[in-house]
Amino acid sequence: MYRYDAIDKEFLTDRSNEFRHQVGRRLAGELSEDQFKPLRLMNGLYLQLHAYMLRVCIPYGTLNVAQVRRLAWIARTYDKGYGHFTTRQNIQFHWVKLRDAPDILDALAEVDLHAIQTSGNCIRNTTSDPRAGATAEEIDDPRVWSEAIRQWSTLHPEFSYLPRKFKIAVTASAKDRTAARVHDIGLALRQGRDGTLGFEVMVGGGMGRTPFIGQTIKEFLPATRLLSYLEAVLRVYNRAGRRDNIYKARIKILVSSLGAEEFGRQVEEEWAQIDAARADLPDTELARIRAAFIQPGLEVLPAVSDSYEAARGANPALARFARNNVSAHKAPGYAIVDVSLKAHDATPGDANSDQLEAIADLAERFSLGDIRVTHEQNLVLPHVKQSDLPALFEGLVAVGLATPNINLVSDIIACPGLDYCALANARAIPVAQSIAQRFLDADRAELVGELKIKISGCINACGHHHVGHIGILGVDKKGEEYYQLTLGGSGAEDASIGKILGPGLNADQVAPAVDRLVEVYLAERQGEERFLDTYRRIGMTPFKEAVYVDAH
Amino acid sequence: MSTLIKYTANGATEIENSFVHVVDGEPVPQGADIIVSLGRIKAEGEALLASGVRVGVQIEPAEAVEDLAELLPRLALVAVAFPKFRDGRAYTSATLLRQRLGFNGEVRAVGDVLREQAYVMTRCGIDAFVPADGSSAAEWSRAAGHFRHVYQTAADGRTPAYAEPGRR
Ligand code: HEM
Ligand code: SF4
Repeated sequence: MYRYDAIDKEFLTDRSNEFRHQVGRRLAGELSEDQFKPLRLMNGLYLQLHAYMLRVCIPYGTLNVAQVRRLAWIARTYDKGYGHFTTRQNIQFHWVKLRDAPDILDALAEVDLHAIQTSGNCIRNTTSDPRAGATAEEIDDPRVWSEAIRQWSTLHPEFSYLPRKFKIAVTASAKDRTAARVHDIGLALRQGRDGTLGFEVMVGGGMGRTPFIGQTIKEFLPATRLLSYLEAVLRVYNRAGRRDNIYKARIKILVSSLGAEEFGRQVEEEWAQIDAARADLPDTELARIRAAFIQPGLEVLPAVSDSYEAARGANPALARFARNNVSAHKAPGYAIVDVSLKAHDATPGDANSDQLEAIADLAERFSLGDIRVTHEQNLVLPHVKQSDLPALFEGLVAVGLATPNINLVSDIIACPGLDYCALANARAIPVAQSIAQRFLDADRAELVGELKIKISGCINACGHHHVGHIGILGVDKKGEEYYQLTLGGSGAEDASIGKILGPGLNADQVAPAVDRLVEVYLAERQGEERFLDTYRRIGMTPFKEAVYVDAH
Repeated sequence: MSTLIKYTANGATEIENSFVHVVDGEPVPQGADIIVSLGRIKAEGEALLASGVRVGVQIEPAEAVEDLAELLPRLALVAVAFPKFRDGRAYTSATLLRQRLGFNGEVRAVGDVLREQAYVMTRCGIDAFVPADGSSAAEWSRAAGHFRHVYQTAADGRTPAYAEPGRR
């Protein structure tokens, strides 16, 4: 894992001191809320429905044990005892006091964490694969490139006041776990015919009120030229992106109005004029970063652990957990474990301090001290010996974190919605819980298989509803909460935007409607088809008829 | 008269502003150093530059700084306009003036110029400021120099973290 050296640490100290000074001026009345707002936003501090909310960056979704313990401590000391993991690999504390914020930032800085660029019209935290460095699927470690981007984008002077916020994702596996195609820039690592590394560059993806799937503007960018190319993309966007209307300011609007081809041409033209020697990272620095991600401590083990096989045979609960939450590791005898934050009665993405501390302990004992955060609001322990799986499972059960539902119907993404968010039209969390409640029967959930449900409380789409296999959007109809369902979205390598099923439903009707959709799928599916595949084959009509049958 | 802060390697100082902004369509005052629009310099450039006073040009966010390329050696300064502090296009204009067009004269920030942006402005090669928030040179200097390290190359030529001798 990348470790901060004295330079990185001094940078965070400088940042934290600067903010303490600014908060002091605000509390003393020297700054008005208007003047203070951009400053606090630059440090991840939002004013929410009930209190301040602090958004802490988790660089490309990677945490160590000390960091998770510190997050637990902050949740207990300064919040109501829990934190909320978001869909962009951040963690949010929803009940923070302004006067505590500088102390919290100091406490974070001590473990190399910060809130820099977690809001504002700048380059935000880079999304990466939570299985980086652990999966055999990847052709390179995407964290190397994510760290290069982290450094390059941190307080980038030219790109700190973009037309709108800007998010980059880096993926290196055929299976995309970063939602790269709905980022402003999606970078997919590819291997060239000559064995060299490159990126497929996709631009202009995004959700919100005008969702777009990113389009490829470069099939193969030599990997060592990444930073100069990003500079070219950002410069074209900074100059030409719209600034007259915040709803039209994302790069997706620029790309769609110019056309991807013309946008790509402008980027090439700009890129050709950039001095590569100044803009691209030297090979020595790339080598330094790469070395930091070489995983020490992996033992040479037999491919199969007999004790684990026996335990799985004897314990059906462990066997179910293994089927749904455990995947292959690149090293023989190891496994990757997904930890679900979607227990049926939980708020999706919430973890309390006890749970965070338990995760830190378990990661220390069983996962080489490495913890990852996924954009689907779950955690990952990436390096677990198969022979440790039974003990890890027991440890997770003890703190309510062994829910065996990864990618299943109850593994729902939901934004905070009306329970916390000032912009919401409708509640999201109770709807997620009502669906989870309806699919409590774990055998049935497994029978249904992969089904991604995503819920947003308004059109800002924080819950990614556009790319849910089933998307649920809260809308306001004459002061009442309604929900609009969409089908057929995907944020993965087969990305697509969902289509509207029919008229909005009220809160009580959503879970039964999902049930009916699932019944249609079970009746129609062929072979190994997922819900999404069946929908793509048979289309909207049978689903629509089943949900609105009473309306005829 | 508004404060003008000049930033050099030795820090920030307040200096007298000798330049007058000439509004398009209005006559040029006799004998004064002037700042005119891009449109005006394109239309009347030769006459203005021949008049013996120092001439600067103000670039608005939507204008292409490249249009000044040929005139640059004869300009005393380029003013980059920030109609709102959130409008970040001038950062690109300033960067290109320094890195691509090789301009060594003064690049001056005018408009909604706030101390909170001192750091990024300086890094983009802006070296003169007309602050809109009443900042003194000392306050400006403190804000601009707050960070001991920088992570990327920029127009100010500071050494990025990766090239520092202490990088581990
Ligand atoms: C609770 C307070 C929150 C507020 C007021 C809020 C507000 C917003 C707004 C206004 C946007 C639209 C920005 C744009 O399209 O340019 C947005 C986008 C987004 N939010 Fe939130 N948000 C909140 C919480 C969250 C949480 C908890 C998550 C994660 C679960 C989240 C994830 C996102 C994502 C991923 C987007 C980008 C969607 C896209 O690609 O267009 N937000 N948010
Ligand atoms: S989608 Fe809307 S309701 Fe949900 S968190 Fe975002 S802004 Fe709030």
